[in-house]
Amino acid sequence: MLDLTYETPKPKVIAGAKHDWELVIGMEIHAQVSSNAKLFSGASTAFGAEPNSNVSFVDAAMPGMLPVINEYCVEQAVRTGLGLKAQINLWSAFDRKNYFYPDSPQGYQISQLYHPIVGEGEVLVEMGEGVARLVRIERIHIEQDAGKSIHDMDPHMSFIDINRTGVPLMEIVSRPDIRGPEEAAAYVTKLRQILRYLGTCDGNMQNGNLRADVNVSVCRAGQYEKYQETQDFSHLGTRCEIKNMNSMRFIQAAIDVEARRQIAIIEAGGAVVQETRLYDPDKNETRSMRSKEEAQDYRYFPDPDLLPLEIEQAWVDDIAASLPELPDAKKSRFMGDMGLSDYDASVLTAETENANFFEEVVAACGDGKLAANWVINELFGRLKKDDAEISDSPISPARLGQIVALIKKGDISGKIAKDVFEIAYTQDRDPEEIVETEGMKQVTDTGAIEAAVDEVIAANPAQVEKAKQNPKLAGWFVGQVMKATGGKANPAAVNQLVTEKLGL
Amino acid sequence: MSIDEGTAARVAKLARIKVEEADLPALAQEFNTILGFIEQLNEVDVEGVEPMTSVTPMRLKRREDVVTDGDQQAAVLKNAPDAREGFFAVPKVVE
Repeated sequence: MLDLTYETPKPKVIAGAKHDWELVIGMEIHAQVSSNAKLFSGASTAFGAEPNSNVSFVDAAMPGMLPVINEYCVEQAVRTGLGLKAQINLWSAFDRKNYFYPDSPQGYQISQLYHPIVGEGEVLVEMGEGVARLVRIERIHIEQDAGKSIHDMDPHMSFIDINRTGVPLMEIVSRPDIRGPEEAAAYVTKLRQILRYLGTCDGNMQNGNLRADVNVSVCRAGQYEKYQETQDFSHLGTRCEIKNMNSMRFIQAAIDVEARRQIAIIEAGGAVVQETRLYDPDKNETRSMRSKEEAQDYRYFPDPDLLPLEIEQAWVDDIAASLPELPDAKKSRFMGDMGLSDYDASVLTAETENANFFEEVVAACGDGKLAANWVINELFGRLKKDDAEISDSPISPARLGQIVALIKKGDISGKIAKDVFEIAYTQDRDPEEIVETEGMKQVTDTGAIEAAVDEVIAANPAQVEKAKQNPKLAGWFVGQVMKATGGKANPAAVNQLVTEKLGL
Repeated sequence: MSIDEGTAARVAKLARIKVEEADLPALAQEFNTILGFIEQLNEVDVEGVEPMTSVTPMRLKRREDVVTDGDQQAAVLKNAPDAREGFFAVPKVVE
């Protein structure tokens, strides 16, 4: 593995009316565990079902119903923890967070406040070539999701669907190590990538399977460094929490507008009040969620329905042994072993599907750099034109590998290869067969090329005279020969012969 | 620890239980009595004793990740004072 060292990115600075201000951001990511059944009941977690059809009496909080934990969800939380190089707690416990809201029939959420299953870990967030922020993870705990309230179906009533109630979530809490809106988005992107590699969360933000609460505060230059030295929060400004965002664009906009709001308050001599806020994308502003403030006494206590969650080290070790290669390791292997550029390696490791496809192409042709070039430039470009995903690629990795191998062998030129690619892509044909049937094989036989060169020279005596005065015109002859051979002549051989024959 | 009327009112509000103003002194007194009982536990020396979370030496029971329940919309909504189009219908709650 490459030992990559990174520079730390500069924090985002916003100029206020009086001073420059730096941003300090911590995030809580709610990631839905990709399970079939809910955290404590046997009801389905499938998205988009009929309202209130994925509901057991446990989820509906009928009297006497008891929660029984879904072991798969515990395993996924452990897997996620291991993927973030975090400490796994063999002893954890569930607590009740008490609050009333129509979409939470229990009147409390089962969560893990005091003893989370996963402790401290880290995520490396790259911000360009050689620049990265190491964001510390404070904890990951398992908890239940709430249901959904729909307010626009009736003028006087809210409609409640508790299909989502009890769906398993992992809450991934970061330290306040993120220093700007772009870093926040990059952090979510990286975390999502890792979760998708691990298979513990599908990362579908549109369906709300990955949501972010963002804690934002501002401080003057130098204050953050004091915090990092002492871990004493008093060096930082008062934070506000922006709840429940599921779009990268909104996360960035919300952080920016919230930081500016706080700066304006402080510079006007006021004080930021610690509170929960909502981002309104239509007005591009954040507003206070007063209802949450009133109920902020959650009166946590250990859930008497659930025994502590005890897991065995051997089980954790088994999960660790089954972890896939993660993005950082894969990227450095692509750069180190195959000589790919930072950019190409990043693009190819963004999604496991891309990386797997690419590796199969390499297996078929044996050239990582050339394969990367073809996957990124030709295949991705072509798929984009069709608005298709890599999983729908009409050309298989083996066939794309064949094309690359044909270029390497010198059977076809890079230019002809593009035609072969287009035929293979649109007609579902075998590249070797295409080259054979369509007579696209590159002419490397110097005799044949020589004949073509002689012919062109003989037919254009005037041009030959000019070329002798101006050697740059040799290119014109090369073009003519390529044309005469239908583009199949080896360009390097043509070049050489033209130069020789013209006596340049 | 002593519970005053203000705290009693707050606890009632958090629990969404309506308590008349006139009943608050009695409620606060009742809380204090309960806390008094519990405070007797402080007389026991628990130095070096692990906090106990359960009286039974049992392992937390687990279930497999299999869908075994649900698909009972009518039963789920049966006790609802108001339900429409498969949803619980409640007085409007808007942030």
